[in-house]
Amino acid sequence: MSELDRLERFLRTDPRDVGCDEAMAVLHVYVDLAANGGDPAGRYPGVAAHLAACGPCGEDFTGLLLAVTTDDPGE
Amino acid sequence: MVPAEDLDEESLAWLRRLGAVDGERQAAERELHARLVRIALAEVRRRSASTPVTGQELDDVAHQAADDAMLAILAKLGGFRGESRFITWAYRFVILEVSSKLGRHYWRNPPVALDAGQWELLPDRLGIDPQRHAELAGVLAEVRRVVEQELTAHQRRVFVAIVVDGIPLDALAARLDLGRNAVYKVIFDARRKIRRALVTNGYLEEPGMERQ
Repeated sequence: MSELDRLERFLRTDPRDVGCDEAMAVLHVYVDLAANGGDPAGRYPGVAAHLAACGPCGEDFTGLLLAVTTDDPGE
Repeated sequence: MVPAEDLDEESLAWLRRLGAVDGERQAAERELHARLVRIALAEVRRRSASTPVTGQELDDVAHQAADDAMLAILAKLGGFRGESRFITWAYRFVILEVSSKLGRHYWRNPPVALDAGQWELLPDRLGIDPQRHAELAGVLAEVRRVVEQELTAHQRRVFVAIVVDGIPLDALAARLDLGRNAVYKVIFDARRKIRRALVTNGYLEEPGMERQ
């Protein structure tokens, strides 16, 4: 990717982006689909667009996915 | 109330135990709280490189997040609709609490002040190769011009804080007493406005882009 591409990609907005509130409202559903080999981006394309663009929500997605896939209740 | 047949066994057990009386309920609450603390501690450590919060304060954030998540979960238990496993629904509360609390704690020892306006750092913030800074000086100057002349005062303040000065979005939201979504929307609109100006002025092309 060229440096100008990097800038353009940062400035590009996706009209499907649902925003933080809507994405966080279904985060648990989205994460369960991801954790179980489902197709969360296919079911929630607007959430996928948002998670790709919003750093904090993307971090929450990563954190929750890690929590449910690596947590060992017996620890 | 979610029909029992729609729930997995583990979720059903959590709901039954948390809805029980006396000892069984208290044991379930203790177990859930212990799991929330473990998740919160793991999460603050995972994020430690991207926050100025360190040491004991980081652990304190985790414990506060677990405590507040626990209260929220118990208060909203009746709102669990079984769309996910119960534990995923519950862990969502603690992850969001960690984000929110790290945002607030950022201001106890901020590495950069609000409104600092460190424009010289913009290329690095955007991940642009230092060897190519000079090559992109024209387009970056145009970005700055658009920010300073075409954005509203509120858009400009939010854009400079997050994009130019690298203040975490949750920290800015806490400082301005706004929700995360409200701040994100401002950045979203600012990005769109800047991109449109760059296209209009020939710095970017639709649908791809090339330099003028």
